[in-house]
Amino acid sequence: MSSVMTAPGTGGATARKSESVWAASWRRLRADKVGMVALTVVALSLLLVLAAGLGLVASGWQKETGVPNAPPTFMGPGTAESAGAVESAKGPNVDLSDIDPLAPKYAEWTERAKQYKTDETPRAQTLPFGADRLGRDVLAKAIKGAEISIMVGVLAAVVATLIGTVLGALSGFYGGKVGDFLEWVYNVFTAMPNILLIFAFAVVFGRGVLPVVMILGLAGWTGIYRLVRAEFIKHSVREYVRSAEAIGASKASRMFKHILPNVSHVALVQLSLHVVSFIKSEVILSYLGLGVSVDQVSWGTMLSEAQNELILGYWWQLAVVTVFMAVFVTAFSLFTDALRDALDPKLR
Amino acid sequence: MLLSIQDLKVAFRVGKARGEVQRALAVKGVSFDIPENSTVALVGESGSGKSVTAMSILNLLPDNAERSGQILFQGRDLLKTSLRQLQAVRGREIACVFQDPMSSLNPVFTVADQIMEPLMKHLGMSRRQAAVRAEELLHEVGIPDPKRRLRSYPHEMSGGQQQRVMIAVALSCNPKLLIADEPTTALDVTIQRQVMELLARLKQTHRMSMLFISHDLGVVGEIADQVVVMRHGEVREKAPVADIFHAPQDPYTKALLACRPSLTESPARLMVIDDHIAGRQAQGSGKAKDPNAPVILEARGLRKSFFFKTGLFGKQEFQAVKGVDFQLRKGHTLGVVGESGSGKTTMGLTLLRLHEPTGGEVLFEGKDLLKMSGYDWQKMRRRIQVVFQNPYASLNPRFTIAQTLLEPMEIHGIGDSHASRLDTASALLRRVGLDDSALHKYPHEFSGGQRQRIAIARCLTLKPEVLVLDEAVSALDVSVQAQVLNLLKDLQDEFGLSYIFISHDLAVVKFISDEVLVMQHGSVVEQADARELLAAPKQKYTRDLLGAVPRGYAGRDQAATAAA
Repeated sequence: MSSVMTAPGTGGATARKSESVWAASWRRLRADKVGMVALTVVALSLLLVLAAGLGLVASGWQKETGVPNAPPTFMGPGTAESAGAVESAKGPNVDLSDIDPLAPKYAEWTERAKQYKTDETPRAQTLPFGADRLGRDVLAKAIKGAEISIMVGVLAAVVATLIGTVLGALSGFYGGKVGDFLEWVYNVFTAMPNILLIFAFAVVFGRGVLPVVMILGLAGWTGIYRLVRAEFIKHSVREYVRSAEAIGASKASRMFKHILPNVSHVALVQLSLHVVSFIKSEVILSYLGLGVSVDQVSWGTMLSEAQNELILGYWWQLAVVTVFMAVFVTAFSLFTDALRDALDPKLR
Repeated sequence: MLLSIQDLKVAFRVGKARGEVQRALAVKGVSFDIPENSTVALVGESGSGKSVTAMSILNLLPDNAERSGQILFQGRDLLKTSLRQLQAVRGREIACVFQDPMSSLNPVFTVADQIMEPLMKHLGMSRRQAAVRAEELLHEVGIPDPKRRLRSYPHEMSGGQQQRVMIAVALSCNPKLLIADEPTTALDVTIQRQVMELLARLKQTHRMSMLFISHDLGVVGEIADQVVVMRHGEVREKAPVADIFHAPQDPYTKALLACRPSLTESPARLMVIDDHIAGRQAQGSGKAKDPNAPVILEARGLRKSFFFKTGLFGKQEFQAVKGVDFQLRKGHTLGVVGESGSGKTTMGLTLLRLHEPTGGEVLFEGKDLLKMSGYDWQKMRRRIQVVFQNPYASLNPRFTIAQTLLEPMEIHGIGDSHASRLDTASALLRRVGLDDSALHKYPHEFSGGQRQRIAIARCLTLKPEVLVLDEAVSALDVSVQAQVLNLLKDLQDEFGLSYIFISHDLAVVKFISDEVLVMQHGSVVEQADARELLAAPKQKYTRDLLGAVPRGYAGRDQAATAAA
């Protein structure tokens, strides 16, 4: 910093556009190996979600392709279901047609039944990752479930970050009456047990993907609000904001054009942290029966089913969902960590 | 020889590029000796490697530093000792005092805890013995009522007292060498004077050596026996202090001595280092000021109070500015001096309504600024602008320089198109000594002096008439300070600007001001023509301030006679 004694031009004097703050962050992120692996996993997961959403993969998740509770391939076919069933009677059936009042209609019914075609697809004895109690492929379910769960997590985190950032900015920048009021709102929200709050919203919004997004977003903005507020309090008295005021920049311009880019790393990191926690929350919500509707599948509903299957010894649904969740959540957390390191503007 | 540094090189690993470890060489082969019972000063500007040199003695450097060479302390090479052995030396034989006492003391422990820690750790004293010794130490560093002070926490003390506590901690084990890294830079001049006298006295009574690091030759001249001048990680000159001041050999040393404004001379422009090295005289000449120029800005009874909540409903008033009156003539400079807490910055910000004033009026060409409606005030903002102290904080780090310079013009609708605004911006950049390549860069790519130039250029985009300069050169190195001060004078002559120059530095204020306002505890103590004020200060406070200004080697005799 000392070499200003030479003519204070800027040395190289090349008019190339210099590295922007975002480009510098990207460069730092790229140098972080763990972060890049995590980023790859996250990107692949998002691609999978997109493909599932467009119906390219796992579109037939509701097809019952295997026998009920078909075990994973490596375990081989399960023992015959009939083993424990009541033994059927032996010998020929007794002819009851003369006393059966419905007997004359049998022929007619058989005729009518022939008009309907039943496609009895052969059911597989085993599936690569097993099947659930209806014989649906667990892998397809987990992929389709990822679509809902990740979408819910990301959207809810976006909603929560938006609410938290805007309210935090207002509260931190204005302080005084506005700040007091928003603090009061914050206190009300945090004073209630979180699960109670979620139930209350669930009653209002009902079931489905969007309601779950709204429930989680509305119940989860408080932490972000607090952090953003603190950053705004800190930055609003900084000299660069004062200088902006001195040249006549409006309040909105100071808040969102000057301060926000400087605190955006906080909001971004919070966003990705909340994605992880909202995915977990969705699982809990669906598990409690407050999540997505019955004809949809998410990691949460699968876990909920897995509970009953587990007692019967059918563990594969649980295992597959757990592996999916663990990989995604871990990768996302590691990616978040790397992102925080890369975005933190310590270079100055 | 107590400590001997031979061909010390320090490099920092700064990351990898294409598989190769990149290193930045901060210290490029430095050698000097510290004899017993003497003070050696390391002088240099920021980035000269002076602190890195000092910190490498005890290896208090970050992990990515690599040291080579030799540091012999009483015949032992400190570069080769293990961490465990080094820890026995740290604090015990070599102690450190740092720049910022606020952050060097741990806020959750009492003063007693912090002084007693090294006593118990290094000297194996019991708690009771340590407490007794701590009290003696506090007494020795001149803290009144040491017994009571032992129980207080750092935040209950003033900056000067905190630094005294730091010195007491450093002295606790009777070190043979005290490393003082800019120990007085964060303090007011009067406090700085006291701390320096304390250090000089303690060095005598404890018979220790001192490595004194400073950017200010004025301070160094008063305290050092030997001076080592550093620049860009190299030693430029090392000599006894008298030789440095009376017969400097290196052009850089000469330039450092010349570019600092002094209280005794009044040149129209300051020497800058380039001039000196090129053997030129200071360029540019002052334009005579018209003593009867019209008054452009006038403050009458300007007051500003802050309110603190006490209890549930109570409010406590703190008067930061208690009725300030002044007149600023067109093209003139009004200097405002005072120590920290004197209300000078609050006064400046109140003029711009960056703080809403509590009372009084500010007349700009006869119109009261403080009573203006939002719309009128927005138009008036163009005409009165501000430059802040810290050039690192006053530019938005996420804006390019072009964005920074264009924003005020866009807000006020100056220039009719983006292209014409860009022309204005690049013209102003050239005027403050930067070129067009700066437009696409971000603030972190510039040095402090360059950033301050950019901040000045941003103000100039609005073509203001009054510029409030709030400690605008205080954070800059002396050589850069000289350049910016010259620039300010040039701009004043060229555009007829009027300045309100707020600073704690009397020498700088004297150089640039026509009239000076001395503030203390929120009120104006003395107000006079700059030359008169320095020649014949009327108030005791002004005399104290003037007496505390470090005067380099020449100040030694005066200090000696004053002490006697």
